[in-house]
Amino acid sequence: MIYDTFIGPFIEFEFMRRALVGACALAIAGSPLGVFLILRRMALTGDAMAHAILPGAALGYLVAGLSLPAMTIGGLAAGFTVALAAGLIARLTALREDASLAGFYLISLALGVVIVSARGSNVDLLHVLFGSVLALDDATLLLLASIATVTLVVLAVGYRALAMETLDPGFLSSVSGAGAPTQLIFLALVVLNLVGGFHALGTLLAVGVMMLPAASARLWSADITRMTAIAIGIGLISSYFGLLFSYHYSLPAGPMIILMAGVVHFVSLVFGQAGGLLRNAFAGRHLEA
Amino acid sequence: MTAAIKFRDLTLGYDRHPAVHHLTGEVESGALLAVCGPNGAGKSTLLKGIIGALSPLGGAVRLEGCKARDIAYLPQAAEIDRSFPINVFDMVAVGAWRTSGLFGAITGKARARTFDAIEAVGLAGFEDRHIGTLSGGQMQRVLFARVLLQDAPIILLDEPFNAIDQRTVGDLVDLIGRWHGEKRTVVAVLHDLDLVRKHFPQTLLMAREQVAWGDTAHVLSAENLLSARNMAEAFDREAHECERAA
Repeated sequence: MIYDTFIGPFIEFEFMRRALVGACALAIAGSPLGVFLILRRMALTGDAMAHAILPGAALGYLVAGLSLPAMTIGGLAAGFTVALAAGLIARLTALREDASLAGFYLISLALGVVIVSARGSNVDLLHVLFGSVLALDDATLLLLASIATVTLVVLAVGYRALAMETLDPGFLSSVSGAGAPTQLIFLALVVLNLVGGFHALGTLLAVGVMMLPAASARLWSADITRMTAIAIGIGLISSYFGLLFSYHYSLPAGPMIILMAGVVHFVSLVFGQAGGLLRNAFAGRHLEA
Repeated sequence: MTAAIKFRDLTLGYDRHPAVHHLTGEVESGALLAVCGPNGAGKSTLLKGIIGALSPLGGAVRLEGCKARDIAYLPQAAEIDRSFPINVFDMVAVGAWRTSGLFGAITGKARARTFDAIEAVGLAGFEDRHIGTLSGGQMQRVLFARVLLQDAPIILLDEPFNAIDQRTVGDLVDLIGRWHGEKRTVVAVLHDLDLVRKHFPQTLLMAREQVAWGDTAHVLSAENLLSARNMAEAFDREAHECERAA
């Protein structure tokens, strides 16, 4: 009974195992990035970048159909272009970075949907917008795993620079020229993971596995290492239970994974030990010193 | 550990309006110099020009005996995100940048120096405290400790005693005195003229342009202070291009 409910589906069906591996790879690499996006107050930037990937992937689709390399390259190109353009515009015009990013991603999203619709069917559009985590082939799995590996290695090596650039950019620029490259490499990792997430979860939900666990983790701890560990844990748990629910109740898998992360998020909002609702409402009597 | 700063007809500013106008002079190696003047006189701008965060509109800053990256700089209002989860020890320890760099380890020696620096600014016992829980003055002392750890030949302090209580000011002034004794070059922007008279042998009084520069007692005369106070604070929207020759 327990076996049938919790383990059986993954033993029985290869597509479930593949989905689980893919989703776990995304969660492991995406969660630390999400933690830093939140610390850098860039939570919505991640969302905007995810949308910005669409026209690139759509162009790849226009050229080669539902082809992994074409859509990956298109997505990466579009993501980097928008990230760089938004940064450049913020530096050269009166517009702030968030405003220019909002402008770019809205244009991108509209353009992407038009391009996909111009050639394909609504099924293809759904695939692009919401991904197909239950249909991951070897090449896609390899891509997701590679992205996760690269992300974790780069984060480990560049951790001090990234933390300093987030905490005190003025100090970093006064002692080293690492500020601008750090920012760029971080954005590159975000784009890379969003493109990976795009294949599994689609453009609209790719950012979900990045932000939701990270935002929930902040409610459980204010320590950066613990936050990252908790976020990864939440990401993994959401992936597993999301797939399980999707299997047993025939619900769409990608959105279920994000919904599970959403459930954890609500629980964290209420019960979180580091600033959740209950904790703040019933903080107890004040201390002596 | 000796380094000097030279200004040659230096003009710094924002949007073509000068904030420091045609400044020429030299901060000698090992000098302990106070920079004084009214609000908007260009004091902070001058420090930003020295570390190279602001490119000159005209003239040049020259550093001798050290690179801009070797300068320890304590900004007036550091753009520090105090909600970032980091404790006092780690915050101070990054001051060891010259030895640890971007990737190197914080060695046992650097750890010991970090504890010393935290103790020197009177924050012993605060090592594990999150920086978001510190008061404004305590945070300023953390930044002072970081400067201490940077072990720099040139130290620039922009209004370092804002929001700091009397006792701590005394401790920090002693620290500055120690740096001076170690032949480091120290430049501090200050408003407390009594403190300047007591502890800083040299002063640059400026009001966009240099009013006086030299021995403190001589520079901070009633006459000079009056002329600095008369500076027009707002820039002139209709200003013409400056034609003054170098």
